[in-house]
Amino acid sequence: MATVSEIKYVKKDDTRDPMFPALFEIKGFKRETKDTFTVEMIPKENSGKFVFQPGQFNMIYVFGVGEIPISISGNPDDTSLLVHTTRVVGNVTNAMSKLRRGDILGIRGPYGNSWPLDEAIGKDVVLVAGGIGLAPLRPALYKIVDEREKYNKVVLLYGTRTPADVLFRRELEQWRARFDLEVYVTVDRAMSGWKGNVGVVTTLISRSPFDPHNTIAYVCGPEIMMKFTATELQKRGVNDDRIFISLERNMKCGVGYCGHCQFGPFFVCKDGPIFKYSQVKDLIIKWEV
Amino acid sequence: MEDLTKILAEHLFFKGLSDDYLKLIVGCASNVKFGAGEMILKEGEEANNFYLIRSGKVSIQFKTPNKGPIIIETLGEGDILGWSWLIPPYIWHFDAKAVELTRMIALDGKCLRGKCEDDHNLGYELLKRFSEIIVKRLEATRLQLMDVYGNRF
Repeated sequence: MATVSEIKYVKKDDTRDPMFPALFEIKGFKRETKDTFTVEMIPKENSGKFVFQPGQFNMIYVFGVGEIPISISGNPDDTSLLVHTTRVVGNVTNAMSKLRRGDILGIRGPYGNSWPLDEAIGKDVVLVAGGIGLAPLRPALYKIVDEREKYNKVVLLYGTRTPADVLFRRELEQWRARFDLEVYVTVDRAMSGWKGNVGVVTTLISRSPFDPHNTIAYVCGPEIMMKFTATELQKRGVNDDRIFISLERNMKCGVGYCGHCQFGPFFVCKDGPIFKYSQVKDLIIKWEV
Repeated sequence: MEDLTKILAEHLFFKGLSDDYLKLIVGCASNVKFGAGEMILKEGEEANNFYLIRSGKVSIQFKTPNKGPIIIETLGEGDILGWSWLIPPYIWHFDAKAVELTRMIALDGKCLRGKCEDDHNLGYELLKRFSEIIVKRLEATRLQLMDVYGNRF
């Protein structure tokens, strides 16, 4: 068995130590809702390009504060801009929310696997997002829209807390206006003026126009929402092997060395963050110690 | 009437019901239409109908003293609206309003209630179907109450 000192880091093209962050400069900052924001960055090195697959994440280092994993929310075909959307939930995201154009962040990544878009070719695709979970799904949707002819029906079901918490509002409107996408948005609660749907996102599944026996589902959101979503998808007849969920655990190194994100037999950072529901469904319902 | 028979027979809610029962239910059914903003039922009023939504959108809402009505749930095409006609004291517990032009089939619950009392098999068939809807909505409400998009999850 290899000792820690003998383990070689997986070298990428730039032969950079994967624990060493690259510098990125913030080019754009957008407040999406009262507690979510998007930062757009450009690499200061590596010929100014950042290549990633939909569903992957980066370790983002706010200098002097700390490092956290955040999924990439931008367009995978735009390699000049790295985009992250997140919610203020702790010290690092709080510090990030105060950064502005010209500030520098440290980036390690991209890490993890991606939404298996190839498996969806020729099938109906159902994307179910809850809250900030729309951000990691957005790159997949960009790709699907870009290569629309490869897929049958494409359905996006998005649930969030209130109308004021709806993320990427303008893009949702653009996607909904297309004739080849079905977009349904629901909120958990709303006052009388809201003309949209009210109810949890799982209630949209039974009404959605897709063929369950020829469907691939990508689900991202709070774990409890993903669990209920998977149950509803199963009730419709979607097989466990065709439901993919994006998990989040305590990722630290991002490359499978430290073991902080171990989830049963998996390291979420390396083997995930995207798993077939059949792989993890038994683990999800177990109490963690 | 032939149209209604076909619609009801094809609806998931009535799936598996015998032709005789279906015929009986069709006898209690009529087409109704509500314009956007129109109240369909009001909290505290007698619950004598239930509805099968054919098209449109209905909001189930609850009055609050200071903030006005809060929408609890939105129902759409294919959904069933109203079960208070089946459960004493046969009073609506919420308001229901058409969000947009909504076409529905109204079923005379008062009439069906009597028929269920006379024929418990029919009563069981209907109660079984409504229980499923009630459980589904209870599960959704639990998830809603958990506030899964808050910081705790």
